[in-house]
Amino acid sequence: MTRPYAVRAPFAVRAPVTVAALTLLAGCSQGSAGTTGTPQDPPARTLTVLAAASLQRSFERIGSDFEGDHPGVTVRFGFGGSSGLVAQLADGAPADVLATANEPTMDTAVAEGLVAGEPTPFASNRLQIVVPKDNPAGIRSLGDLADPGAKVVLCAPAVPCGAASVAVEQAAGIDIRPVSEEQSVTDVLGKVRSGEADAGLVYVTDVAGAGDEVAGLDVAEAASARSTYPIATLTRADDAALAEEFVAAVTGAEGQSVLQAAGFAAP
Amino acid sequence: MTRLPSLTIPRWLLVPAALGALLVAVPVVAMALTVDWREFGPLVTSEASTDALWLSLRTASVSTLLCLLFGIPLAVVLARTTGAAATLLRSLVLLPLVLPPVVGGIALLQAFGRRGLLGDTLDVLGLEIAFSTTAVVIAQTFVAMPFLVLSLEGALRAAGTRFEDVAATLGAGPTTVFRRVTLPLALPGLVAGTVLAFARCLGEFGATITFAGSLQGTTRTLPLEIYLQREGDPQAAVALSLVLVGVAVLVIALTRARRDSLVAGAT
Amino acid sequence: MTLTADIALESRDVAVDLVVETGETLALLGPNGAGKSTVLAALAGLLHPRGTVALDDRVLSDTGTRTWVAPHDRGIALLAQEARLFPHLDAGDNVAFGPRARGQSRTEAAATAARWLDEVGMTAHAHRRPHELSGGQQQRVAIARALATEPRVLLVDEPLSALDAEAAPEIRDLLRRVLAERTTVLVTHEVLDAALLADRVAVMDAGRVVDTGETTRVLSRPRSDFGARFAGLNLVRGVASDGALLMADGRLLHGLAESPVADGQPVAAVVAPSAVSIHLTHPHGSPRNSLDAVVTELEPHGHLVRVRTDLLSADVTPAAVAELRLHRGSAVVLAVKATEVHLHPSRPLSLA
Repeated sequence: MTRPYAVRAPFAVRAPVTVAALTLLAGCSQGSAGTTGTPQDPPARTLTVLAAASLQRSFERIGSDFEGDHPGVTVRFGFGGSSGLVAQLADGAPADVLATANEPTMDTAVAEGLVAGEPTPFASNRLQIVVPKDNPAGIRSLGDLADPGAKVVLCAPAVPCGAASVAVEQAAGIDIRPVSEEQSVTDVLGKVRSGEADAGLVYVTDVAGAGDEVAGLDVAEAASARSTYPIATLTRADDAALAEEFVAAVTGAEGQSVLQAAGFAAP
Repeated sequence: MTRLPSLTIPRWLLVPAALGALLVAVPVVAMALTVDWREFGPLVTSEASTDALWLSLRTASVSTLLCLLFGIPLAVVLARTTGAAATLLRSLVLLPLVLPPVVGGIALLQAFGRRGLLGDTLDVLGLEIAFSTTAVVIAQTFVAMPFLVLSLEGALRAAGTRFEDVAATLGAGPTTVFRRVTLPLALPGLVAGTVLAFARCLGEFGATITFAGSLQGTTRTLPLEIYLQREGDPQAAVALSLVLVGVAVLVIALTRARRDSLVAGAT
Repeated sequence: MTLTADIALESRDVAVDLVVETGETLALLGPNGAGKSTVLAALAGLLHPRGTVALDDRVLSDTGTRTWVAPHDRGIALLAQEARLFPHLDAGDNVAFGPRARGQSRTEAAATAARWLDEVGMTAHAHRRPHELSGGQQQRVAIARALATEPRVLLVDEPLSALDAEAAPEIRDLLRRVLAERTTVLVTHEVLDAALLADRVAVMDAGRVVDTGETTRVLSRPRSDFGARFAGLNLVRGVASDGALLMADGRLLHGLAESPVADGQPVAAVVAPSAVSIHLTHPHGSPRNSLDAVVTELEPHGHLVRVRTDLLSADVTPAAVAELRLHRGSAVVLAVKATEVHLHPSRPLSLA
């Protein structure tokens, strides 16, 4: 028996394909607790979490632990740029929990009336210089990034990691002339990883996640541009209690150890 | 003048036809309604916006010329040859049409990137393509050429070889036939293909951001600027999108008028 | 300029062996699908036949020696069924196209074009685009365009079949004028075109030449069963005299002229055997034509009997043959209504 859809709900195994498909469609439009399930099982519920792209690996881990602890619960994630996620929510995307990569973005969500209660800081991240493993331009310090011979890629100032990069530059009193200003950290990392660029500024968690192909160099000035990750439940959450439980899981000891393993620091 | 549909069109067809038209029209109208027209001027005349528009027009023009330079011969070869090799060549040339542009960008990186197949050769020649306007032009040409080839090949096949045969028996060599018969007869198709290619160049995003990067004045074309503005200033993104719509409509209108006069003259 | 071709195109099941002498017009006559146009395309170099094509001593294509002369270097012009004028050029530029391609300057080519447009009576339409011309006018321009290249051989493919009934006689007349003294291969399924335009006829059926010879002979005495089915027309040649045809022996054949003919001009009369009746004496209240003749042959022709004489053939019923006791050598009188005799301007008899 194969499962035709990547749905982790138990009903998908026995339900006829059409019902499964209809429920899947319904799930797309509601994005919240389903009602199917056999009587002896706890009711099937779905929790939708929108989170910054840099949280992907940690949150997927925390999510599967959460599902283990809460039988019948399915956690669905939407990962992306923080501002984009907030824009989606403002446009009516249904979700229960939001976690952003910096506080100003969360503030926007609060201002739009999307957030229920107070956001909780749960992790922090800082920038690191990322270079290809063989470091062809011989980058040793932040000052080397200002060398006109080095091809440096940064985030565009309009996105959070770009704003952080500008702050680091200012703290160090240097002027980096990037060959490209990318849309997201992932794009910066990709350009360095492929060897197109000699160096970039990305989050330490991105370097940790990229494996052997790249190396990270610590930057003392990065402390000044530490970004704090807040998490909050949303006003449109279908199951506020379950959303609170997820937030607790992230801020709790187990969640924190997963995040620290990925390179995040405490808030 | 629009005449009512003739009786040969089944009436029920009008419903999906209208829905299809609305699907295109409503979003464009919605965009025009959303934009803050008082702010429109300042939004679209910022330095970043004018740089992006100017870069887009320049690169799209150069890329379209390259499409003509390589696409016309390709279309002629494809239209006038048969057999397995021609079929294979056709599939290959049309590949960018069905590929996601991001995949095109990745493929271009593997070829022209610093560590790509031709990277060393280009390095020896002193050519640096990555993060340059040249990379934008290559990306645009890559994705747009199939539109020209497809459109022209269709026109050439429709025109057939009847007039070319006559020209040959009148003593015209292959080059004369090509110049004085083949091309003039396929002109409407060539014009349509050129417009399509230019529009595709103007709208190119995925391959550019993957292959060329994003830097104001060098590689950040209008679509990249719009995407970036979406993060920081959504109103500016909408305003710039309208500019792009305007340019596209203008190009189509101009060439349509020109083509109508050509077609009227040719039949 | 003798054109010789011994060619085969297996894929189309066509194999022919042709010789066209200098200044001669050879008609390839046959039904649609007989392979006539294929032969023309092969001669022009638009198809690659097996075998050889040569113009005098110059080999144009020979699969044995792998010789191949491209179409534009052959000096062979092709005049197709549809005029195929270049739609993006006006009539004058269409005609000037060949001379330009062959290296004449713009001015020279324009002058050449003007001369040929005048020759075909299209000077007034020099600046018209093809879509502004009638079918007949387009075909005139196409003829001028083909001739303006001074081709050594002219290939003509069903030049009248796309024209309406009014335009056809005019264009036929024009062709007769311009084809005289030109080495030409004319493809047609119209017996009349072959009769009026060709010196010799090769009858084609299913990709093969089944009969070939001098036009009058092939048309009036077809040697192939196939030829007999659609040929068998009576063809009488002579010169025009006061609206009638004056035969070499001084007798007159009255008929209707398709287009005006001047006295002394060569004409051909075409008469269907079914329109000829046989009598033993001159009939009273006679039709315009009653001519003495001698029966040369009797042969079955469907339900009728074709009676061949030294002048015209006639199709009559078996009962009539019995009643008149017709046999070889019978002296008879042939009667034909003048309205059944069609007179056409013709090529001179000299080549026959």
